[in-house]
Amino acid sequence: MTLPRHAPVGNAVGASLPRIETRDKITGRADYTDDLTRPGMLHGALLGSPYAHARILSYDVSQALALPGVKAVITSADLPDIRFGLLVSDQPALARGKVRYVGEPVAAVAAVDRGTARRALQLVQIEYEELPAVLDPQAATASDAPILHEGFESYRMQFANPGGRNVTSTATLAQGDIEAGFAQAEVIVEGEYETPAQQHMYLEPCAAVAEFDGTGKVTVWASVQSVFRSQALLAEALALPMSKVRVIAPMIGGGFGGKGEQTVEIIAAALARASGRPVKIALSRDEDMIMMRSRHKCRIRMRTGARKDGTIVAREGEILLDGGAYAEESPLVMAFAVLMMNGPYRIAHAKYAGRVAYTNRLRAGAFRGFGNPQAHFASECQIDELAEKLGMDPIELRLKNAISEGDRWIGGHRVDSCSLRECLEKVRDASDWTRRRKQMPSAGGKRRGIGISAVTHVCGLLGAAAMVRLNEDGTVSLNTGAVDIGQGSDTVLAQICAGVLGVPVESVSSGIPDTEYSPYNLATGASRVTYIVGHAVAQAAERVREQIFVHAGEMLECAPDDLELRPGGRVGIKGVPQKEMPFVAVSGRALYAKGGAIMGTHSWKFDGDMFDPKRAAFSGFNLEDVGIHCFGAQCVEVEVDEETGKVEVLGVWSAHDVGRALNPGAVNGQVHGGVVQGLGYALVEELVWDEGRLANPSMMDYKIPGSLDVPYEIHPIILENPEPTGPFGARGVGEMSLIGVAPAVANAIANAVDVRIRNIPATAEKVLRGLIARGTR
Amino acid sequence: MNEKFAIALQVNGDSRDVLVTARETLLTTLRERLRLTGAKRGCNQGVCGACSVLVNGEVIRSCLTLSVTQTENEIVTIEGLADDGRLSPVQQAFVDHGAVQCGFCMPGMIIAAKALLDANPRPTVDEIRHGLGGNLCRCSGYVKVIDAIRSLAEKVLA
Repeated sequence: MTLPRHAPVGNAVGASLPRIETRDKITGRADYTDDLTRPGMLHGALLGSPYAHARILSYDVSQALALPGVKAVITSADLPDIRFGLLVSDQPALARGKVRYVGEPVAAVAAVDRGTARRALQLVQIEYEELPAVLDPQAATASDAPILHEGFESYRMQFANPGGRNVTSTATLAQGDIEAGFAQAEVIVEGEYETPAQQHMYLEPCAAVAEFDGTGKVTVWASVQSVFRSQALLAEALALPMSKVRVIAPMIGGGFGGKGEQTVEIIAAALARASGRPVKIALSRDEDMIMMRSRHKCRIRMRTGARKDGTIVAREGEILLDGGAYAEESPLVMAFAVLMMNGPYRIAHAKYAGRVAYTNRLRAGAFRGFGNPQAHFASECQIDELAEKLGMDPIELRLKNAISEGDRWIGGHRVDSCSLRECLEKVRDASDWTRRRKQMPSAGGKRRGIGISAVTHVCGLLGAAAMVRLNEDGTVSLNTGAVDIGQGSDTVLAQICAGVLGVPVESVSSGIPDTEYSPYNLATGASRVTYIVGHAVAQAAERVREQIFVHAGEMLECAPDDLELRPGGRVGIKGVPQKEMPFVAVSGRALYAKGGAIMGTHSWKFDGDMFDPKRAAFSGFNLEDVGIHCFGAQCVEVEVDEETGKVEVLGVWSAHDVGRALNPGAVNGQVHGGVVQGLGYALVEELVWDEGRLANPSMMDYKIPGSLDVPYEIHPIILENPEPTGPFGARGVGEMSLIGVAPAVANAIANAVDVRIRNIPATAEKVLRGLIARGTR
Repeated sequence: MNEKFAIALQVNGDSRDVLVTARETLLTTLRERLRLTGAKRGCNQGVCGACSVLVNGEVIRSCLTLSVTQTENEIVTIEGLADDGRLSPVQQAFVDHGAVQCGFCMPGMIIAAKALLDANPRPTVDEIRHGLGGNLCRCSGYVKVIDAIRSLAEKVLA
């Protein structure tokens, strides 16, 4: 699995290039899904359930169909009776038999324009029998709670470990002897931590355009994070073979995890089939917020024990996630959170348990961090609380207990590379920690403080393939199934390819993700594209390099081992500068004389450690070898207004070991963006429900940070300790910069004003309540 | 309600004839009738700024503006900034500083940046942050957007 150790050829690797598609994006030329139009296209609209939990008794779509301009009205009665879902097959495309959350799509209309489609929705008559709703995950697990999924036992399950009423999945993980561990502890801290349902708020709402051709094949352009997941979902939901489903990703306006599973593409395709015309669905912002998905809200109870010298001896905890109405990635999110609750610390005795429950609320799914922000909030806050009780500096406590290279994560996975100490030290130095820790004086009525968190994540997940072709003129074509959702993967993958072959990045053409032509890639997510797809790209480009050497060796009359690639797409004999030729000569020979077209492919799946039953007792971890560990540290300085509780963030230092910064500018951009999204999670963002109904499904009422809400002083610190299995040593960074922000903020608030926030977002109101409870110091 | 009015809009220096309903927003007219899809529908509520265009040099929310009220005005969209294929200085600065990630907010952001710099060629960082306060971005954290605009302010100084 380790990649060849050739140094990159040319300047592509390590160049802070802007995104290759930047010009189209900033001139308005780039086509996002709602910018597309097809001849004869209709517009689709979705009708959402008015109830959180109800049986569907009957449909009457006759009036809606009769409205002039309406070409199709569908309900689940018009779709195959199929439930689908990656881990638990519990979802219909349109509600079938029951509705399980307010806003769940129940019917859909295709009409000549959006206005007509929306008017037609008002005419769809559905008779419901309202059922008692369960709106809290703890209540959902009670023995007398209403059951959301009556057929749960019969659902197909790939990665779920059910346990109890309305419990989608459970997981447990333990090592050592927890009783003995806590018996050794001289100082114990226990707390309950709560985190909110954060909404992705990608600037581009979900959208899809679907069109059937004369053979019964559907082409779907959709704002999605995986053309292959989308293809699989469409095929399953519409009972089509995948050879009759083609999915193309146009330019995507952000995803953050919210566009990985079904959005509106299945319904768009169903409407296209019903109407016989192309159909576009583009959700409005409030529809997107009401109908799509959110991050898992959760509660974590955690208890950590240490000796007086700061050695952590025991930790135990439980996490309960609110999964909402449908499972989506819930079993994995919960299992990952359980795995991460330990933190990057050597804890001999540990015991964790997790559950995720169904509730009659918006489904919760993947969102940057995937259960890890929740786990980190509890873990990294509690480490600070422990430090306070021990009278130790929080960084010193972390350094004392941090795992090192060669250690194993709880469960047994080897940690082959661990620069956690280095990250903590770098952030400590860059932030001038010791000075800022002394609660710097500030304008009257305000106090400053600084807080830190250690950050660990896992990047990887399953597999990908890549294809590299040498064009006749010596330029290069690159095809992968990677969807660039704005994080810059098209650019970085082109840089990797260019770096192996020594061609300029502009000479690499990147195909758009299209299931018709692109080699398989699981998805964009799990910080995996640079690492997993990049690895495949590097290997595929190596195959091309090998073939170039075979040809050039014969043409230059030497052994392939005597050859080297030179910048600018040339191959020559090592040590003999004048003996060389451009790629065009090689490809000409291949195409017209001998050998055939030069192309390389590579396909792989991450194969790592599994859990080790000799080291830990575990259950519910049905996907064991996810990826490689990645480390970082984050530090936040805040200023708290003691009159109002308002927290202003003055600066953030965010260190991440990315193995190799293939594009340092892009890495910095990811860090800036992840930090700000993390600040939103920490301070202002949460979906609020009023009974079963969302109270703030709009950008007006759900605030994401704007330019005035966050500091300009966000300082990424890049560390480069190479990952042997990563392309040129690179590992992922997409999620890392969000994961540690909330605990760092909470720790900073505690430093500033001695108020411990255990429930985020840390709104001014919560901080003020804390200040009042604290009293005068 | 669906009666259409024939109006002429001055867009990017051209007079464009369109048929619009009275309640049609400028955003819809630009995107669907004139196929100028640079302005985006991020919220349709005037909050996110992705629909921003210039009307007589000022930033307005095209999602909250009725097309029938705009016949006397000069409208400039993102498509109208580049001059014969040459990027405007603001656009070039956004390229050079790597400020663009998913790009969905960027047409509106660049329009706001241009208006800011046209009114105030040497803004401070704080003035830049205020000038961008009406444009939400979920990808960039604003840092490089501010970098890009600062570089233009410094160019004026230099």
